[in-house]
Amino acid sequence: MAKVIVENLIKIFGDHPERAMKMLQEGKSKEEILQKTKNTVGVFNVSFHVNAGEIFVLMGLSGSGKSTLLRCINRLIEPTSGKVIIDGEKITGMEEKKLREVRRRKLGMVFQRFALFPHRTVLDNVAFGLEVQGLEREERYEKARRVLEVVGLKEWEDSMPAQLSGGMQQRVGLARALASDPDILLMDEAFSALDPLIRKGMQDELLSLQASLNKTIIFVTHDLDEALKIGDRIALMKDGAIIQIGTPEQILIKPANEYVEKFVEDVDMSKVLTAEGVMKKPDAVITPKDGPRQAMRRMRENGISSIFVVSRDRRLAGLVMAEDALRAVEEQKESLDDIIIRDTPRVSPDTPVADLIPLVAETKYPIAVVNDQNVLLGIIVRGSVLAGMVRKGDNDDFVT
Amino acid sequence: MLPKIPIGHWVDLLVIWATNNLIPLFNVIVVVINFMVSSITYLLLLPHPLVIIFIFLLLVWFLTNRKTAIGTAFGLLLIYDLNIWEPSMETLAMVISATIVALVFGVPLGIWTARSDTAHKAIMPVLDFMQTMPPFVYLIPAVFFFGIGTVPGLIATVVFAMPPAIRLTGLGIRQVPVELVEAAEAFGSTQMQKLVKVQLPVAMPTIMAGVNQCIMLSLSMVVIVAMIGAGGLGKEVLRGIQRLDVPTGFEGGLAIVVIAIILDRITQNLSKKGK
Repeated sequence: MAKVIVENLIKIFGDHPERAMKMLQEGKSKEEILQKTKNTVGVFNVSFHVNAGEIFVLMGLSGSGKSTLLRCINRLIEPTSGKVIIDGEKITGMEEKKLREVRRRKLGMVFQRFALFPHRTVLDNVAFGLEVQGLEREERYEKARRVLEVVGLKEWEDSMPAQLSGGMQQRVGLARALASDPDILLMDEAFSALDPLIRKGMQDELLSLQASLNKTIIFVTHDLDEALKIGDRIALMKDGAIIQIGTPEQILIKPANEYVEKFVEDVDMSKVLTAEGVMKKPDAVITPKDGPRQAMRRMRENGISSIFVVSRDRRLAGLVMAEDALRAVEEQKESLDDIIIRDTPRVSPDTPVADLIPLVAETKYPIAVVNDQNVLLGIIVRGSVLAGMVRKGDNDDFVT
Repeated sequence: MLPKIPIGHWVDLLVIWATNNLIPLFNVIVVVINFMVSSITYLLLLPHPLVIIFIFLLLVWFLTNRKTAIGTAFGLLLIYDLNIWEPSMETLAMVISATIVALVFGVPLGIWTARSDTAHKAIMPVLDFMQTMPPFVYLIPAVFFFGIGTVPGLIATVVFAMPPAIRLTGLGIRQVPVELVEAAEAFGSTQMQKLVKVQLPVAMPTIMAGVNQCIMLSLSMVVIVAMIGAGGLGKEVLRGIQRLDVPTGFEGGLAIVVIAIILDRITQNLSKKGK
């Protein structure tokens, strides 16, 4: 279900947005509008939706309008036109008092430079949202302490923000956003001000937190690796417009245009691509009832030297190699039982290609991609990994 | 030759109009200020000077640190020793009153200039005018409106001392980082909660610098307002000038310096503590 819907959102900065709007409708460029009206187009006609429980990444270089767009969602910046809808409620045009209620109950925000209140203790920072809601001191402290424990800063509640390291400060920022238990987190370049190592740690922590909290997260970043790592879906922005929305793999494998292509050029594909992205569809399989003769025939038909054995509900039983099947045929055996190899390597569909490479190098068998129920989803051989890395290759081989 | 624009005449007309029509208002102001200054003076002169010095020692110690507290005590002892305790306390009372009045008007005005660009543009030139116009000029209408004595002196002092309080309050609030203001709003603060819980506390060091400036400027008016009959150390210094009496003038001046240093250290330490 769509938790947040943004429709045709436009934000123009300047004194005469009407004139700029008119020029936009006439299809004039941003530069021309800036020259003629002194107005800047911050966000241009953006539409997207974010599903409940999803991490949706707004990604783009500085000046692409991603932070502006994020602020339009909770109306820290007032959109010039367009709609923002949260839980079916229209946020745009909502009166001040109701908007405050929505901000208090439903939206938590995390800032790039942490934006902790320097005059308040860690505990009072975390309790801020509850304080403006009017909760009694004891109640809000109790809730704030619980959240501080979640982010691992329980012992620091009486410290001032300035005494904490950057990573710890941002944990406080995260705790503050989580304290009022909002459904939606807006994260503006939340980890960009941190050292690379700490940033990576925070990303992992966010992902593990998300696994238990299941919030709807809209995450702004300029860092492609970060976007690919944490995003369920990514919206790539340029000049205030969204150029492409898709899963990390879709963006990498099918870039919408040259800009996206250039953008994703330097990505280490082996970290982003998963087994699902490089596997081949298991067209040729046999069932345990089939004999060695049938196995041989199917392998010959498909030009392969081994074949997977699956039950009728497509659960993986094992693998039969061509030479074993040939020997069984010569020995006139009727069943596959003696020659089926049951302990071939198996991986889940979300295994990164980086982890597949050593596996492929070690084993002489093709690798089976199976889901939780052991259902065979695909096959990975040496060639498919390489083909997957060379992304401009034969796209038809990929399940996208 | 250009015809002279009768600006002086217009101001004169305005002053005459105000004298004729605003007397009830002025009377109220006189009563309020007189009450304020005389009660503070009364309180400062009620106990024995040593008791006051001891109270100041404890108060300053509590508010700032030991060093400032001891310095304060020594300064006040010197004044007591010079035998000008009474005018010194009168001056202190006037400075405190002037600062309170200046802050009561200055801080809200400062907040207003921070929130509204229009207010900012309208008020800033007025402040420039108030600060650069020689303070002697305020004395004339002040006497017209409030007679002679402490009240017109205090009004003139407030006019002269208020601008930095307004300016620095506005500046302090404008300098609060945007992200902090956004954070306050993003969590659903009302305008008032944003101001009280975030903007004012974060701006406090700058606002305190404004308070400090306000006090220093009030002290600089002490001698000038003595010319329209305000009492205190200004009167001592003025008497020294009129009689070419060096000891009286110097001792009065020294007491002003001591009070200035004490108040300066207290407010500076307060603003440091605020950080």
